[in-house]
Amino acid sequence: MDKTMRGYRQIPVWLKYLINALLLCTLLVLGNHIIASGGVNRAQKAVILQIGIYILLAVSLNVATGYLGQLPLGHAGFMAVGAYAAALLWKALPKETWAVILGLLLGGLVAALFGLVIGIPALRLKGDYLAIITLGFGEIIRVLIINLPGITGGTPGLMSIPKHSTFLVVYITVILSCALIHTLMKSRHGRAILAIRENEIAAEASGVNTTFYKVLAFAVSAFFAGVAGALYAGYTGILTPGNFTFMTSINILVMVVLGGLGSMAGSIIAAAILTYLPLALQSFNKYRMVIYAVLLIAVMIFKPSGLLGRYDFSLSRILEKAINGRLFKKPGKAGEDHA
Amino acid sequence: MLFLSQCINGLQLGSIYALVALGYSMVYGIIRLLNFAHGDVIMIGAYIALLTIGAGIHPALAVGLTIFGCVMVSVLIEKVAYRPLRSAPRISLLITAIGVSLLLQNLVQLFFTANTRAYPSTAIIPIKAFELGRLSLSLSTIVTILVSVGAMVGLHLLIQKTRMGKAMRAVSEDTGAAQLMGIDINKVISITFAIGSALAGVGSVLYCCRYSVANPTMGSLLGLKAFVAAVLGGIGSIPGAVVGGFAIGFAEVLVTALGFSAWTDAVVFAILILVLLIKPTGLLGRGVAEKV
Repeated sequence: MDKTMRGYRQIPVWLKYLINALLLCTLLVLGNHIIASGGVNRAQKAVILQIGIYILLAVSLNVATGYLGQLPLGHAGFMAVGAYAAALLWKALPKETWAVILGLLLGGLVAALFGLVIGIPALRLKGDYLAIITLGFGEIIRVLIINLPGITGGTPGLMSIPKHSTFLVVYITVILSCALIHTLMKSRHGRAILAIRENEIAAEASGVNTTFYKVLAFAVSAFFAGVAGALYAGYTGILTPGNFTFMTSINILVMVVLGGLGSMAGSIIAAAILTYLPLALQSFNKYRMVIYAVLLIAVMIFKPSGLLGRYDFSLSRILEKAINGRLFKKPGKAGEDHA
Repeated sequence: MLFLSQCINGLQLGSIYALVALGYSMVYGIIRLLNFAHGDVIMIGAYIALLTIGAGIHPALAVGLTIFGCVMVSVLIEKVAYRPLRSAPRISLLITAIGVSLLLQNLVQLFFTANTRAYPSTAIIPIKAFELGRLSLSLSTIVTILVSVGAMVGLHLLIQKTRMGKAMRAVSEDTGAAQLMGIDINKVISITFAIGSALAGVGSVLYCCRYSVANPTMGSLLGLKAFVAAVLGGIGSIPGAVVGGFAIGFAEVLVTALGFSAWTDAVVFAILILVLLIKPTGLLGRGVAEKV
């Protein structure tokens, strides 16, 4: 610890985790109670579930875009693979809790497998070329879904999928996934991924196995997109190839960039706002997409780094500031009083 | 004979893709932006032609107005949406381009509904067929191929032989150095957008004459294919865009002729992926060595 930071009281790590866990559990119990007691109507419940699914999609894309610094445009492809895999499994299994968990895992694993297969060749390319090649793979996955009606139901879609995505399932899955991604990014492996983003050549020179970590980040991103896809399948109960077009990938990317590349809190907030906004603008139905497009352009022009930039929200940091009586002071000046 | 007529068909489609791909490639070459709104400028062109011919304006004038309208829209987009972001991260520029694309699509949808409309193709190019032995060529095919080749030759001369062309090449090579040599960057970029979208205007007329319909989202798929063509040939390279355009056109016609029309998009993207994996900068793209 820095010398000037003496006297700055810190909260022990275990307590930080405990506080966060307790808060999340309270929210879960509260949310579940409100929904079970009929506090929200069907439309509101649908919005909540959609927000959860899009949060997971945005956070998972953020791994490849914000943390790894690449620009994949085929995220909807991974989502589709996960959705169809989970849906087919759920249709075959009885409606039990273990089947739900198995479906979510299978969706993620199949998507991660696709992520590996696509990532190993695609990550040889950089920047815009990587963007285009992932776009190509995403479109190929969609064409495959259309042209394999024996398995996927083709253009009319896969029907009567058990609706497993209740509030409880979505909430727990999203929170667990975010926590896993967070801990991954705080670990040694996460730092290696961030190093590649900052400077790939310097990272390689420092002994980071860049190929391995690029593929790892890509596969992790695909895994959680697959899980989100599985949640989506369990939410709508019907899957059509039209759900997973290039525009879906773009929508998810817009959430990540708007929230701020590399900021998990940013992705979550932007996903929640952008999912809610079109639904809230329903009464201006004719103008809502125009408003959406104008807002998008305006945010990019006036705040190109996204709403939160790379800032990440941390409750413990705020609490630490509070117990030290420095809540409203600039962090850069924290040590000066003691120097 | 069937093969030959399919080849001519491929030539027609390929030249349209090439025209549109040129616009992508020029803009990418100069400001490194994947201009997602380019396909939607073509859609705007289609609606301008629809309206002007519908209003009883002479078709030749309507075509002129279409091209003029595309140029105006594109230059305006560059000024309002792209110029403030010139020094911003490239991904913000990309998202802005996506936003512009969404805006154009939804504005047109607001005024003209999402319905597909019939395009007055016969007013622009009358239906007429020429018999060449056993081969039948329609007038629209001949016009498409001739106009495209003419436009490409004109563009080539413009870029290689004029002062403005030289300035454009200089800016795409090194923007900073070009500026130090006294080149007005903003003017060059505006002119690049203008030329690219003039080609898009021509492409719009030719594309709509082939398919005879227009709708607010027609630009997305055409744009995506032309974009693939530009990358396939080597984005930023003018001859590359032409080669890529023809390659995609031929591939598409060939796959359809063989009876796999449902797979065309997949084949187009599979070709792209294969080429990029073997030659990562596209067929005619130049590799740039990375400086450390």
